[in-house]
Parts: sequence; structure tokens; C-alpha cells
Amino acid sequence: MIQAILFVIMIIGGTALLSWPLGRYMNWAMDPGAGQGTPSGFTSAFQAIGGPATGQAQDWKRYVFSLLGFNVVMFVACFALLALQQYLPLNPDGKGALEGTLIFNTTSSFVANTNLQHYSGEVAMSYLSQLAALMWLQFVSTAVGLAALAALARGLAGRKLGNFFLDVQRATFLVLLPLALIVAILLLFTGVPMTFQGSAVATTLEGVQQTIARGPVAAFVAIKQLGTNGGGFFGPNSTHPLENPTFWSNVLQTISIIIIPMGCVWMFGRIIGRMKHAAVLFTVMLVLMGARITGAIGFETEPTHAFASLPITQDVGNLEGKELRFGAAAGPVWAVVTTSTSNGSVNAMHDSLNPLTGLMPMIGMWLNEDFGGVGVGMINMFLYIVVAVFIAGMMIGRTPEFLGWRIEAKEVKFAMMGLLSHGFFILVGTAIFAVTPWGAATLNNIGPHGFSEILYEFSSAAANNGSGFEGLGDNTAAWNIATGTVMLLARFIPIILPLAIVGSLATKRRATESSGTLSVENGTFAGMLTVTVVIVGALTFFPAATLGPIAEHVMFMK
Amino acid sequence: METLLSSLRITVATMVICVGGYTGVVWAIGQAAAPDLADGSLITAPDGTIIGSRQVAQAFTRPQYFWPRPSAVSYNAAGAGGSNKSPTSTDLTDRAAETVAVYGATPENPLPADLAAASGAGLDPHITERAALYQAERIARARNVPIDRVNQLIGHSAFSPGGVLTPDRLVNVLEMNLALDKDAAP
Repeated sequence: MIQAILFVIMIIGGTALLSWPLGRYMNWAMDPGAGQGTPSGFTSAFQAIGGPATGQAQDWKRYVFSLLGFNVVMFVACFALLALQQYLPLNPDGKGALEGTLIFNTTSSFVANTNLQHYSGEVAMSYLSQLAALMWLQFVSTAVGLAALAALARGLAGRKLGNFFLDVQRATFLVLLPLALIVAILLLFTGVPMTFQGSAVATTLEGVQQTIARGPVAAFVAIKQLGTNGGGFFGPNSTHPLENPTFWSNVLQTISIIIIPMGCVWMFGRIIGRMKHAAVLFTVMLVLMGARITGAIGFETEPTHAFASLPITQDVGNLEGKELRFGAAAGPVWAVVTTSTSNGSVNAMHDSLNPLTGLMPMIGMWLNEDFGGVGVGMINMFLYIVVAVFIAGMMIGRTPEFLGWRIEAKEVKFAMMGLLSHGFFILVGTAIFAVTPWGAATLNNIGPHGFSEILYEFSSAAANNGSGFEGLGDNTAAWNIATGTVMLLARFIPIILPLAIVGSLATKRRATESSGTLSVENGTFAGMLTVTVVIVGALTFFPAATLGPIAEHVMFMK
Repeated sequence: METLLSSLRITVATMVICVGGYTGVVWAIGQAAAPDLADGSLITAPDGTIIGSRQVAQAFTRPQYFWPRPSAVSYNAAGAGGSNKSPTSTDLTDRAAETVAVYGATPENPLPADLAAASGAGLDPHITERAALYQAERIARARNVPIDRVNQLIGHSAFSPGGVLTPDRLVNVLEMNLALDKDAAP
């Protein structure tokens, strides 16, 4: 147990410390407007690359329009590359054509920064598809999220939103690229392959042929983790010994999953000029995530119930679906971190987690704000802030205000639409697939765990997470179309609505804060925000949880 | 129209720099500084044929070798995966019961759990030191060598992957079996 505690402190504590200078750097890179940002040399370079549309500051509608336009181009480019992979170069193992709905699902998934994978990388994808279609989207889709957060923060600071085409380049070239390069090089030395040769064919000691898939993995994995993407080069993701070869590659990847989402909170604080508020938000997020990490480690020390009646040692935790080299705490910690952040990579098979451990990642995806995906996690938290401020204002009988902006019916409506759409996609989707062969015929486990597989899949799609209870046979037309559509809607609704809120605020006069204003920088507000998140989450999802993981746990309770 | 044009220009720029440039730099560094790791940590026989990858489990069924953890994909390193069976699954119990029978485990001499549980990718190259010692007697008998020699080999090869953070010591199955063939030929 002491090792588990040390492990958590090292990963979470260490990353929290690193996120502070990173937030400072991200503010420098993303927000030159305030005077201390990047030198204008970068801006003119990005204007030269981006062309005419980079010239003017944009209002929220223009910003959203540019964002959506760029995403359409991303979608078309990726779709074309995947659809034509059998004719294109860099395909040493001769991967064939992909099925239409799978191409739609995969493209939606990577455009939406989700990386839900209904294919297995080493089986289906050419190296060109992996790099030019998927890894490329891992860079730019992450940059889109970061750009949206920068715009939101500028709006809240009472400034113009900025220019999307400049922001997306700043995020790609100044934030993601240097970090990915550092992480990729470190990964190389832990043993992650980086080669363009095709599979190696070995003759094992017992004389059997073994084909060992490899490829340009290190470059891919670095941005997969940093950008809360999570899509693995290989099918089983970071459980694969060539995707995550050692204890230390696992530590590095866990840190990479969460560092930019943490840095986003500090960047947000710096742009709005309220670091104390950012510290409150950071604390709330840390507490919510820490609670799930504690739960997951605790629940996972139980050995798997499937072995209880057999002569098998019962003194180590549940090892089914886990790698030995990462150590006992690594699986549950990663399971929580990867679903807290909308990353969705795995280093243990979530389907085989003990039932209540498996509930922890689901809760992470349901709340989807601590720390959330790059950029969009903090944006989701903003929706909760609006609701919390509104409820608090009602409780004390004052007009709700946030940073001097009056929060009125229109803003609260937008925030509630954003939050409720999340529950709508998950619960309605799960309900439909649970009662039709679309879902029921694709299960790998029966009973409550089968229900959990469906629930997890829709949670993952709606949270733009991408992990799964991977036993589910999800490469069917019904799953591909349903989750592909959910991923796109769940990506853009929570980006557009918050920017619309900021647009609406911009038409109002900003009040000066007085002693009567509800402070957003103290423990009371932290408590109010935590309670809001927990209550909204519990009211929406608790009934579904009781049908899945909780029922499964109760089934074999002594 | 401006939006489309700018989007296309940025698409080209990010493709060139993030796909071409970045991948090229990482590839060049890997091939120059650690070509063995960058190519997949392959182990080759003196005649140049590839025996396997140090990092990837391969099947072992003969009694004179250490056996790896079970694999839900039969050690297919071109299509890896886990069982994805839940703790309430009877399939999982049945599979483990078969493994227990293969090892001949009894309540007095229970099977170490890692030998019964499949890993996430089905390619975990390691077993615990305890699981290796559990197999020592079978290997010694099959190779007709004293069990101490096998135990010694295990003791020498066992390592802690994360230092003080991982108290359970592990051994690499393929490397151990190569060492067995070298030092304890039957």
C-alpha cells in the first residue's frame, strides 16, 4: 500500500508541480495580446502561413465559423486518406481497404479528439494512415480545443476573442510540437519502436513463426498522450509491450496524459487575470479526481472474483488484463487519469476491472471536467461554474455574477443545454442499444456487465474519451454510425455553447465587483462548485450506474 | 472562402511540419541513437534469423522451458489483445481452471495468480519471480539438472521494474529460456 501511495504522489503531485510552469508557458504561447506574450515574429509567421483570414480579430460567431470550417477540412482530409490507404505509399504490410462506416467512425473519432477505435491499429492501418491521417489529427484536433479555451478566456477577460487560425497554429507549433518531441525522444529510450520497416517475422525457440507488428510508434504515442487523444498505435493501446515497454515509459505516459489539461487551468487563470480563481478550480478538480483514484486503487486490490474457487494465490490484486511491469497501482491510477482527462488510452483492460473499479472511469467520463480534455475540459468546467454561480446567486437572493458579468436566463439556458446534452447522448444511446440487437448482439459478457459495456461505450463517445470495455464487438454499422454521430455532436456542442455565452456576455456592461459580490476565490465557492458537479452528475447517471457496475458488484457480495 | 483557403493552408503546413518533420526527426534520432530499440528490440540467432523480441511474449509449451502468462490471442504479435472478461464471467473461471490443471496446482500448492491471468495485450514478456520458482522443479526434471541451478538462474535474472516502487520482482521469460538453453542444456 505504501508503494501505491508513493506512486500516486509521484505522478499526480509531480505533474501538478510541472503544470505550473507549463501554464505560464502556454499563456505566453497562446495569448500574445496582453503584452507579454509571444514576440510578433511568430504571429507574422503564422499570418504568412494562414493567409487572408488570419488578419482580423473575430467575434464569437466568426470564431466558431472558422473553427467549424477547419474541422470540415480535417474531416475530409482524414476520410480521403483512410479511404484510399490501399493505393497510397508507406504500407509495407499491405493493409487493405477499410469498410465505409468504419472510416466514418474513425474519422469522426479523431476529428473529435476522441480516438474511440473500432479497428485494431496493427491489423487494419497502413503507416501512412497512422501518421498522416490519425497522428495529424491528434495534433490539430487538440490544438482546436486549446484555441477554443484561449478564446473563451479572452472573452471572459472582456477582450476580443482573437483569431482562430492564429490560435490553432500557436497551439500546434508552440505548445504541442515541442512537448511531443521531448516525450517521443524519451519514449525511444524506454524501448518504444520507431521504424518504417514492416512486421518482423521471428522463429520462436519452439520453432513456431511469430509475426511481430511494429512501426513508427514513438512519434505517435507521444502526441496520443499529450493531446488527450488516446488512440493507440496497436489495438490494445498502452498495454502493448511495444507501445509501453517499461515501468518508466508508463510513468512518463501517465504524466503526459494529464499535464496539459492541468496546465490549461493555469493558462485560463492567467488570461482572465485571476490566478486565485484558477487555484480554486485546480483544487476542486484535484479533489474530484483524487477521490476516484483512491476508490479505484482500493477496489482493485481485490483479486478477480473469477478465480475465487480455484487453487490460485489470492494475495495480489486483480491481474486479468494487466501488465506486470507497471506495478500494482499503475492500472487503476491510469484508468482514472485517462478518463478524467478524456484521453482514453489504457494500460489495463477496463473490461476486466473489478465492477466498482470500472465504475470510477465511468464517473470520470460522466463528469468530464476534472481535468478534462485539452482546452475542452476547462470549458466544460466553465459550464458547471455558470450553473454553480446561478444556484448560489438564487440561494442568497442576489443577481448571479461571474467575474463581473451578470449571468442571466440566456447564459444559464446555454450552460444547462451543454450539460444535459451529455447525459442525453449517453442515456438515450444506452437505452436504445440495450433493448435492440444493435447492442445486445455485440456483448462479450452477459448480465449487468454486458449492460456496462454498452453504457461505457456511449459514455466514452459522449465524453470524447475513446477508451472502452473492449470486449464489445463494436465494429458494426450500427455502432459505427451511432457513436460516430454522438462523438461529433458531443465535441462541438460544448465548444459552441460556451463561446455563445461569452458572445452574449460581451453585449452587457461589466459590473465592478464589490464586497457584496459572491467571491469565486474562496473555499465556499470551491464547495459550491464541487457540490454542483456531484449533484448534476449523480442525478443524471446514478440510476444507470445501479443497473451496471453496482448490480454486478452486488451479485457476488458475500 | 477565406475560411476554406486558410484551413487548407494550415492543413498543408501542419502536415508538412507535424507529420513529415516531426516524424522524421524522431525516426532519425531513434535510428541513430538506439537502433536496436527503434527496430523492436529483436533478438537474433548467430545465423541471423530472428528469434523474437525481448519485449514480446512468445508461446512456450515444452516442459523444459519457462511458460509465460496466458494470452487471449495465442501470443499473436500482429493482432494483440486481452480477454476482456469481467470478474463475474464464468468463461474466465473455466479458462483459469484449465490453466490450473495444466500446472497441476493444488490448494496446498496454489498457482501464482499471474500465471492464471492473461495480460492486457496477451504479450506480457514477464512473469513474477514467484511464478518462475513455481516452474523450476518441472524444468529441472525435464532438463535433468539440479533444481538449484534453475533457482540460481532465476535469482540472477529477477529485477524490480520500478525500483522501490514495485516490490514484486519479475523475470523475462524469453531471456530466461535462452539462458536455460545456453547454461543448462538438457
